[in-house]
Order: sequence, then C-alpha cells, then structure tokens
Amino acid sequence: MSDAIFIEGGRVIDPANGVDGIRTVVLRDGVVAEVAERVERPAGARSLDARGRWVTPGLVDLHVHLREPGQEYKETVATGARAAVAGGFTTIVAMPNTRPVNDTLAVTELVLARAARAGLARVYPCGCISKGSAGEELAEYGELKAGGCVALSDDGRPVASSALMRRALEYARAFGLPLTVHEEDLLLVGKGVMHEGAAATRLGLKGIPGQAEEVMVRRDLALLELAGGRLHLAHVSTAGSVRALREAKRRGLAVTAEVTPHHLTLTDEDVASSGYSTDFKMSPPLRDAADVAACVEALADGTIDAIATDHAPHSPVEKDVEFDAAANGVVGLETAFPVCLALVRAGKLGEGRLVEALTAAPARAFSLPAGTLSRGAPADVALFDPGATWTCTPERLHSKSANSPWRGRTLTGRCTHAIVGGRLVHQDGEEHR
Amino acid sequence: MIGRHRHCLALEDFSRAEILEVLDLATSMKEVLRRPIKKVPSLRGKTVVNLFFEASTRTRSSFEIAAKVLSADALNWTASGSSVTKGETLLDTARNLEAMRPDVLVIRHAAGGAPRLVADHVACAVVSAGDGAHEHPTQGLLDAFTIRERLGTLEGKTVAVVGDVSHSRVARSDLHAFRRLGAKVRFCGPPTMMPAGADRLGAEVHHDLRTALEGADAVVMLRIQHERIGDPLIPGTREYSRHWGLDARKARAWLAPGAIVLHPGPINRGVELSPDVADGERSVILDQVQNGVAVRMAILYLLAGGEPAEARA
Repeated sequence: MSDAIFIEGGRVIDPANGVDGIRTVVLRDGVVAEVAERVERPAGARSLDARGRWVTPGLVDLHVHLREPGQEYKETVATGARAAVAGGFTTIVAMPNTRPVNDTLAVTELVLARAARAGLARVYPCGCISKGSAGEELAEYGELKAGGCVALSDDGRPVASSALMRRALEYARAFGLPLTVHEEDLLLVGKGVMHEGAAATRLGLKGIPGQAEEVMVRRDLALLELAGGRLHLAHVSTAGSVRALREAKRRGLAVTAEVTPHHLTLTDEDVASSGYSTDFKMSPPLRDAADVAACVEALADGTIDAIATDHAPHSPVEKDVEFDAAANGVVGLETAFPVCLALVRAGKLGEGRLVEALTAAPARAFSLPAGTLSRGAPADVALFDPGATWTCTPERLHSKSANSPWRGRTLTGRCTHAIVGGRLVHQDGEEHR
Repeated sequence: MIGRHRHCLALEDFSRAEILEVLDLATSMKEVLRRPIKKVPSLRGKTVVNLFFEASTRTRSSFEIAAKVLSADALNWTASGSSVTKGETLLDTARNLEAMRPDVLVIRHAAGGAPRLVADHVACAVVSAGDGAHEHPTQGLLDAFTIRERLGTLEGKTVAVVGDVSHSRVARSDLHAFRRLGAKVRFCGPPTMMPAGADRLGAEVHHDLRTALEGADAVVMLRIQHERIGDPLIPGTREYSRHWGLDARKARAWLAPGAIVLHPGPINRGVELSPDVADGERSVILDQVQNGVAVRMAILYLLAGGEPAEARA
C-alpha cells in the first residue's frame, strides 16, 4: 500500500471509460488500481492534490522526431522524452528518419535503450517502410516488429512508388503493423516552401498546392482498398484530404488519421505576418483558413482520429537562414495541450473530445497499451491546470530546440504533473496563474 | 527614415505618403543628375555596400552611381568568388559586412525575404534590390516615378503588367506602388504564369492581351526568362510572343494613343517586346533607367540620414 498514489479532487477526464467528473485516481504497483468518487486513503498514503486540475490518461503522441541517432545537437531520445512528459505526453512514437534511419533492429534497439535509460516517457519506435527510406525495397518488418516497432513510415518523404506502397500495405498485414504516411506528390510540390495562395504570392515564395497532399491521400486510399492492411494518414492538412478521409471511413476502410496543433490553429497568413519566420515553415505547410476549419471540424466529429505534434526539433543552423533554405518542422510536445485547449475555449472542440484525441484515439490507431485509466492499465497519468498562463520561451522548453511558432507567445493551460508507470516524472516547478 | 521605415524592403509596407515622399525627393535628385557637375556632398563620409547574391548589372550600377553622386563611398560585394561559395550563411556574411560599419546595405538575393532576415539582425539600413519573387521596391518606385513624370499622375490611371507575373518581383512592387497612388492594375499573362490569389492582392487578372491593353494608360512588359521555360509554364517563346508579346501592330490597334510602354530590362527583343516598340515613341524604357538613379539617390539619402536642405540646395 505504501507505494500507492492517490490523486484527489481533480476533474478526471477519461474518454475511454466515459468518465468526466471529480474522482480520485488510485495508482498502485505501476497500474491504475481504481478510479472512483469516494476512496478511503489510508493514513500515510501518498496523495496529490488535483483540485482545479484536469486529470487525464497520459497523453499519446503518434508523431515525434527525436533525432537520435545522428542529430543529437537538435534533440536526443532523453531530451525529447523530457519535453514529452513536460507537455503531458507519457507515450510517444519515435519516427524513423534519424541518421541512420530506423530500418534495422540495431537502430530500434538503440532508441529503446536510450529511452529506458532516460526513464521518462514510454518511447515506441516506428520503423521504415522502405530500406533506407529510399522508396525502393521493403524494410524487414518482421525484425522491426520483433524489436519493438509499432508502426512503419518513411516520414519526411512520401512513398513515391505506387507499386511499393501496394506491397508495403500487403506485407505489413503479416505483422499487423499500420503504415503511417507522409502524403505529398513531390513533383507537384516542386520547389514550393509554403502553401500556395495569396499569402505566398505576396511574399514571393513558391507555393505548394493542397492538391499535392490530396492526390497522394486518394492514391493511398485506393491502394488500401486493393491491398488491405492499415493506413494512418500523418499530419492531414487540407479540406480535400478530409473529404477523401471521410468518404473512405464511411465506406469502412481501415484508415485512421492525425492532425497537428499547428494545422488546427495557424494559417498561411501567419507565415506572412511573422515576417518570413522559419518557425512557421513545416511540411505540410500551414494551409488557408478553410483548410484549418475543415481540419478542426473533422477532428471534432472524429473523422480525424488523433492530434499528433509532429515534434520536429531543429537548431539555429537549420532555421536562422533564408525561408527558402530553412528546414521544415516545428517543436510541439510542450505547446500541444494549451494550443489545442484554445479550440475548446473557442467552442470548436469539446473537452472530452480533445482529451480523447490526445489519449484513447491515438492509442487505438497504433494498438498501444495507453490512453486509458481502466483498472489494470499502465499508471500513466497527466495533470493539467487549464487556467495557468505561461510564456513560451526557449528557457521554459525542455526540448533542446526552440523552433516554435508560439515562441514568445503567452499560452493558457499547462501540464503540472506527469506520471509514468506510477512514477512522478514531471512536476511543474512554478505556478503561473 | 522614409516615413516610419528604417529600411526599404517592400512597397507593400509603404503608405501613399511615404511613396510620395520618395518620388518628390527623387524629382530634386533628378535635377542634380542634369547638372554639368553631377556631385553633391549630401552623403559624404557615408558608406553604401552593395551585397549582390544574384547577377545584376543595371540595378547594381544604378545604386553605385546613386551613391557616388551623393558623395557616399560605395563598395560592391558579389557572391561569386566570395565566402558564400565556402558555405558562409547569409547572416554571417551580413554581420561581417556590418562590422565594417556601412550606413546602408543594398541586398539582392534569390530568396524572398532575405533582405528582411538581414534587416532583423543588423543595425544599419537595408535596401532590397530585389528578393526572389517577392519585391523589387526601387523598381516599383522608379516605374511609378516614370509614369507620373509622363502622365502627370497615377490617380485614376490604368496600368497593365504583362508577362510572367508569378516569378516577378517587379510585378508585385508595381502593384503595391501603383495602387497606393490611385491607379488600377491589371495583370496579364498565360494562366501558368499567374500567381495564386493575384486577384485577392488587388489586381485585375487577364489572360488575353487585347483586353488587358484596352484603355490602359501604361503597360509594363515583363522579361520572359528563358531559363524558366524548362519548368513548363509555356511551350516556347514563339507561341508566347504571338499571344503575349507586344509589337507595333498590336500597340497601334489596341493601345490608346498616349499610352506608354515600360520594361524593367533587360529586354528579350522579339519575345515580350518587338524592337519597333522598344525603340518607338511610346517607349519610356531609357527614362526608367535614368529615373532609377534618381529614385535610388532619394532612398539612400533618406535612409543614410542626410540633411534635406543640403541635397536640395
């Protein structure tokens, strides 16, 4: 009994179990022991005062770039896992576009070993779809799965070959692994660096039409029908992709999708008003207001399953350059909750749905043992102060990188505690109310 | 300072009054250029550095002459044979040059926003001499100056800008400048050369040259860049010139009698403009070149902080 934690007085939001109300959460022996309105706390048992807080299953992020091995100056498994728990994410999926890429057991094991040593968030590696992510030959899915990979992706680039994509979907069926795909027709992208539209025209930057994503989404939905398997659309960004996804789901295809906090809240006009800030450059690019509205609506109605950050740390070496020359990507683990909470305050997203899209829904998409406070589930819990305001500065971020479009902005909502396997791994030092 | 601006990066940010401030001062500057001794001491002791990452003869020379007429020291720094080829970043290059204490950095760069990036990191004034397909503010100002000089005003006028608008920084600067001064702007070219949302920027979009020229008071013919034809925007220059090139026959048939023809140069003779129009009586192309020096003198003068009385004396 002595190692139990009683989380008391908080508003427990656990969509997997249909719970939303003041409850006590009891964690014992690394698992959830009980969630109930009235629980007797034995004298001497440890308690966490959660009054005024949201208590949720630890958040799950299906799309994180940890940069290790190879680009440890941007992020390491340890610093990325640190940033994750600071943002309330207790489970993260590590994308394979490291150097070398994660297309072999050796890299998978390295990521897992570093994650175990850090002892913070649970890190699940994602393996490559193709060897070297070169888009030519299938990687060894059996070995990757045995090593601990939970999904497959050539993220950062699309699978250009329709033939390879078909075989990848088919072959992955043998191992039950979902394919998470970065949808872009690179010929249509050309030298584009931001969304094609009036903002790009004003800035004189080459545009990327939303159709560069949509033609690939439609291709892969067609291939899914041919090949079977499980398809997960990474970072959906356009109204057209949403339409295709909605239709595919209606027809019962095994497809899931994620959207990033930035594609839910920022537009190409923000690139313009930022004055060419490379913290607003990512792939896919920030789209227009109609695309953002479609993504928000699709998230709210469940067409888009999950919120994923696409946390993509870069150093000033990649970012303090001309917009054309800058690397794609922004950090997101530590800002995801407050940024998406703003959608709730704006009345565009329910609180329960927000939490579901950050917990149960992503866990389901990749079949991860996470995202729920069911009795016996891993004792992964996050506490949020939804009213706490804080300023997003490089000093306050735990990530090694600070390439955030919210840099310098004041955000409302903050993770105060994160618990992984019954262990308190993050506690916010100071309160900013 | 030009109005509120420490730099000259984009005419989109300039108000009507700020544009007029430059044009009015450029009128005085043009008078200086007509003197037998073309030298005033206004910027003596000031240094202007021309930092050109893209090839340019006319714009660079124009800035250089403008600086010299105002008695500033001008240094030309070009990308070839420089540290850029050794991998130095734009910001490092700019900071190194800044350490030499110039008063004005004039930057041309292939990336939209590059002068802005530099301006955000240096203490001296920055003038864009063209950045990617973004803006070429001094060209927009000299085009406005030239039209105003010939037609008296831009208020109520219609100006057609014809060619590869999507890749043109001149088209964007012209659009902002002309509109601020009260003109209507038409963009004309094949749909493949029209940027997304051009209408939302305030231009009237045409694909037919005849309708674009109808009732226009001035027409700016943009250079068609041969090197972009591989990126298949048009099948070739032959078809382009038939449909969107301006020759004497079309000018006679479609342009109003007093309408003038501008071109930012260098001209592809026989592609966007036939020699008989380029050298004909409507052409104000050589005026543009001279006005370019006057406008750049005005810009350098205002940003390097000379005394108005001195220059106008």
